[in-house]
Amino acid sequence: MLTFLARRLALGILVMWLVTVIVFIIFYIGPGSADVARALAGRDAPPSTVALIARRLLLDRPWYVQYGHFIWELLHGNLGFDYYHDEPVTTIVAQGIPITLSLIVGAAPIWLLIGVLTGMYSARHPRSFLDRSFTTFALAFYSTPTFVLGVLLILLLYYQLTIHGIALFPGSGFTPLTQNPFEWFRGLVLPWLTLALVAAATYTRLTRSSMLDVLGEDYVRTARAKGLSERRVVWRHALRAALTPILTQFGIDVGTLVGGTVITEQVFGLPGLGWTAVHSIEQQDLPVIIGIVIVASAAVVVANIVVDALYAFVDPRVRLH
Amino acid sequence: MLTPPEAAAPHELGAPSDERGSHLSVRGARSIEGRSPWRLAFERLRRDRLSLVALGVILLIVLVAIFAPLIAKGTGHGVYTQYPTTGLTPTGLPRAPSSAFPLGTDDLGRTLLVRIAYGARVSLLVGVLATLMTVTIGAALGLVAGYFGKLVDTLIARAVDVMLSIPFLLFAIALASVVSVTPLHLGPLTLGKGIPIVVLVIGIFSWATVARIVRGQVIAIRSREYIEAARALGASSWRIIVFDVLPNVLPTIIVYATLLIPVSIVAEAALSYLGVGIPPPTADWGSMIADAQSYYQQAWWFLTFPSLALLMTTLAFNILGDGVRDAIDPRGTPFKS
Repeated sequence: MLTFLARRLALGILVMWLVTVIVFIIFYIGPGSADVARALAGRDAPPSTVALIARRLLLDRPWYVQYGHFIWELLHGNLGFDYYHDEPVTTIVAQGIPITLSLIVGAAPIWLLIGVLTGMYSARHPRSFLDRSFTTFALAFYSTPTFVLGVLLILLLYYQLTIHGIALFPGSGFTPLTQNPFEWFRGLVLPWLTLALVAAATYTRLTRSSMLDVLGEDYVRTARAKGLSERRVVWRHALRAALTPILTQFGIDVGTLVGGTVITEQVFGLPGLGWTAVHSIEQQDLPVIIGIVIVASAAVVVANIVVDALYAFVDPRVRLH
Repeated sequence: MLTPPEAAAPHELGAPSDERGSHLSVRGARSIEGRSPWRLAFERLRRDRLSLVALGVILLIVLVAIFAPLIAKGTGHGVYTQYPTTGLTPTGLPRAPSSAFPLGTDDLGRTLLVRIAYGARVSLLVGVLATLMTVTIGAALGLVAGYFGKLVDTLIARAVDVMLSIPFLLFAIALASVVSVTPLHLGPLTLGKGIPIVVLVIGIFSWATVARIVRGQVIAIRSREYIEAARALGASSWRIIVFDVLPNVLPTIIVYATLLIPVSIVAEAALSYLGVGIPPPTADWGSMIADAQSYYQQAWWFLTFPSLALLMTTLAFNILGDGVRDAIDPRGTPFKS
């Protein structure tokens, strides 16, 4: 178990290192360092200003010095300073994380619950009316781009309700949980629904097919033949086996969402990590973008390791591979 | 021995001698003999009514995209033409649908119908090109990794791990934004903002899943007898990959590609929605929705119609994709029952 974890961890570190290399190539070598300095200096800046900026950001040094500096600072937990206000990137990232996490923490249980329950019902009653409805809805939401669902929810559940005197949800903005838990909840309902409905569709489809496979297994028939109640067969015997692919998907999705709530944050004006990244891009604030990309990639790597470790814990056969 | 199979069959099957009967049994014999798996799949798909409707919708969208200039001519309004007096209200807001502007106008007083029609061009073009690129890169790497194994496989598998750990949207917007400031020079090609860079970004960040799926299939096929036989006959590795392995993973690739088209279309629209995709004034569904978001309280049509166009397109492609999967692999669990 320990060797397995150590190997998984080493792989994670390798992946993170490669991520830094790719980030570095894209931002430092790709567009040309002289261009970065000129873009930062502004349109009509004199060459001396451009040179000064290049010097301050080490842009005039060879690439290995730049990369060495970049990694050195990264290993010290320093993601650099933003170009405009000299604020540490770690501070900027730390401000965005609670908002992005609030989104994930609320949306994940909703989509897991909706997806697994509808998927299980569909698998147990294939071709029934509800199964057809669930699969149709799943296909529709699966096909809906997040931002389309988001703006439509704003149009219907915020605007139409509000002009008819039912102001249930605000249209945008974020209230910290510590400040006012109720407002925090109210402001996040629509973003949660946006994220959850699109994601739930995947889980409905996944649970349905996974459950159908498991219900056809011999041991399920054996369990039924032993005279166990249908409820016990489905919940204790079948669901447990069917959950494996669902939990994998769940782990990966939660990890990916740290960098993947960009659209939802943008639609609802929530200043989380994704929103910050988009706004840093508008200002060409590279250190902030790089910092967020690295944090988001790290989240995926950690989520993958956790999923693998859970597997190895549950199923000893995994450790052999 | 040169007799065509139509004539040979009744004799072999001991068919009745009268004309009518032999004719029938000939047809029966042929339908048993001559159907390739592709043909079977095609016939299964042809019986799937929902998929046919989806295919019809897709064809309609393709026609709209091709004949967008005709639609522009029909309404008499260009894609970029702004109508500040007739197309906007006195307070400068978009106009509601009317006979002059069938789906209303946008925030600059342009005809929404014409812009949605032109937007279909961008969506379909990016969707198909990005999918082709993704599938080509992914299949090539998956084939090589799965067939050769060892170091090549390890390298490609790690590359897949890295690509799957990268948050697609963040990297894509970062790359697209960097390129939009300082265009990328690839030999004679200069990539700035626009369709080529969007296709490239989507392709670069989505090949990993294809590579992983193809690799897994190739590993399963690699040790089969017919591959051994080809090797024993002295076929080169490349020959085996192209003629023996590829045809066996092709159905998987095709199914995945059909399902990848709507994903690529959504990715393009998302990038444009975030302002790093197709630059204005090009008509594009994603950027139209972004612009419309500021006017949703005054102009529902401006937000609704581009959203519906995008939704209809992705839904049609997903339904067709499911249908193609069920047709090619009937053992799998169909999602539509």
